[in-house]
Amino acid sequence: MSVDILVVAEQRDGVLNRATLEAVVAGQGLSKDLGLDLSVLVLGKNIGDLANDLCVGVKEVLIAEHEKVGDYTADGYCAAIKQIVAKEAPKYILFSHTYMVRDYSSKLAAALNRQLVSDCVGYKMDGESPVFVRQIFQGKIDADFTFSGDGANLVSFQVGAFNADNLDSGTSGEVRDAGVAFDEIEVRTKVLDIFEGVKQEVDLSKAERIVSVGRGIKKPENMDLMNELAAVLDAELAASRPVCDDGWLPLDRQVGSSGQTVTPSLYLAVGISGAIQHIVGMKNSGTIVAINKDPHAPIFDIADYGVVGDLFEVVPALIAAVKEIR
Amino acid sequence: MKIIVCMKQVPVQDSLLKITDDNTWVHEDELNWEINESDNYAMEAALRLKEEHGGEVVLLSMGPDRVKESIKQGLAKGVERALHINNEDFTTRDPFINAKLLAAAIKQESPDLVLTGLQADDTGFGQTGPILAEYLGLPHTSIVMEIEKSNGGIKVKRELEGGWFQSVELPLPALLSIQSGSNQLRYATIKGIMMAKKKEIKSLTLADLGLAEDEVDDSNSSLNFNRIFIPEKTKKAEIFEGDPKEIAAKLADKLKNEAKVF
Repeated sequence: MSVDILVVAEQRDGVLNRATLEAVVAGQGLSKDLGLDLSVLVLGKNIGDLANDLCVGVKEVLIAEHEKVGDYTADGYCAAIKQIVAKEAPKYILFSHTYMVRDYSSKLAAALNRQLVSDCVGYKMDGESPVFVRQIFQGKIDADFTFSGDGANLVSFQVGAFNADNLDSGTSGEVRDAGVAFDEIEVRTKVLDIFEGVKQEVDLSKAERIVSVGRGIKKPENMDLMNELAAVLDAELAASRPVCDDGWLPLDRQVGSSGQTVTPSLYLAVGISGAIQHIVGMKNSGTIVAINKDPHAPIFDIADYGVVGDLFEVVPALIAAVKEIR
Repeated sequence: MKIIVCMKQVPVQDSLLKITDDNTWVHEDELNWEINESDNYAMEAALRLKEEHGGEVVLLSMGPDRVKESIKQGLAKGVERALHINNEDFTTRDPFINAKLLAAAIKQESPDLVLTGLQADDTGFGQTGPILAEYLGLPHTSIVMEIEKSNGGIKVKRELEGGWFQSVELPLPALLSIQSGSNQLRYATIKGIMMAKKKEIKSLTLADLGLAEDEVDDSNSSLNFNRIFIPEKTKKAEIFEGDPKEIAAKLADKLKNEAKVF
């Protein structure tokens, strides 16, 4: 038995991270384009049911079940996957670029003496070879990457780059024990506990309209202006991470990968450049408006309406215009 | 505690970027530079640990001569001394080669703790920390918000997704990659700036690091950085520019009558 393309699944307490299915969708595409088989690997304890659930649209589900990978640690995961790679010799190892994958995927690549292209937004075929595309300069520029050499090539895909709903459930795979020698694995880090941070007092996911503020606001005193804009639009006020980090708005009003995911009918982004960590939290909003002085800000790529200009001139004018028209 | 902080100098965040004619990088000569955001938080975390527990903070940076300006900012904030891998003669964008260079410099110092930022704001790989941990044989964890000393090691609070956190304990020596926003950043004081002038910036060459030129040659890498380009827009925003009053009136009208959001 051997493996061609291996997707490493992510789970906590037996619950699958949905982003895993996105990586499976990416793997199905590559499997078709390259004529290679697709397998999934799941590590953890008490993951039998989950492994069975994952047998959809793949050839095999490899399972590495043990106390030592019960709680995720980079040491445990890297050592276990390294053994599996030595045995199965996959050509590609795919991940969804979650926080967990950020923590261990590049360490794994270093341990394998192979390369990782992290946080890809997709791939395209150039003849027989895949070209992986990732963003640099915080989404302003894209870059093409290719691998040379036959060893395991590691690729992580940005969350949201593939749609889990596109999973082709055609074939049904089988579960196989990956046969990891866990007694050889030493885990140096110790997970003490997992806990929820701030109590979410504001549920932005139900908001009809949101005015969201980014670092372009410059000073906390300027929040008054944003409050006024939110008030005339009858909108909730939200922010990107730097604004909440600085304490200008409470953490429970943060939108993005470390905050809330929102889908209002109007999302008005003021002074937000649109780092991907923010965009994942709001890109499914109805109408997206961006006000930013940088015409190349990535937020404009997903906006319906964009204003290139100084927010301190545009926002007061917009407040007046909305008052007049509403 | 001896702490090494890895710092990258990157173009300032709202730089207007122009791609070079060979589509491999951006024109650097017109750019302004700053300390990478999360590296600044790594430096802050290191300074706080030193203030609480004693010891030394050493700043490690790689880049051409211009990075000295950022190094000096660190020295002015309270870092004891700095190591500068001067790469005027070679540039590599391969995170594995970069980590090899940094690891060689770190090994000579035998620190108790190595801190990196979570990811660079230019290339954004987010790989240097975990690769370094592997090369140095250190336990690591990333996306760290808080660090405290514990029995025989350190206890850290790290961020998971969606507002969840995790506490993790690691033995020392260890490597942590630090998340932006984890602390309030300090400013350099006048006294700090004066004192920084006397502090050492040790320049390191490949020979000092015991590395040969072909070991840091991107063209030997199995990963090829082919070309860079401005992404095609999947959605075409209607863009308004010009007089703020006119724009605002047009936008308000669109929102009411076209998008019908109020």
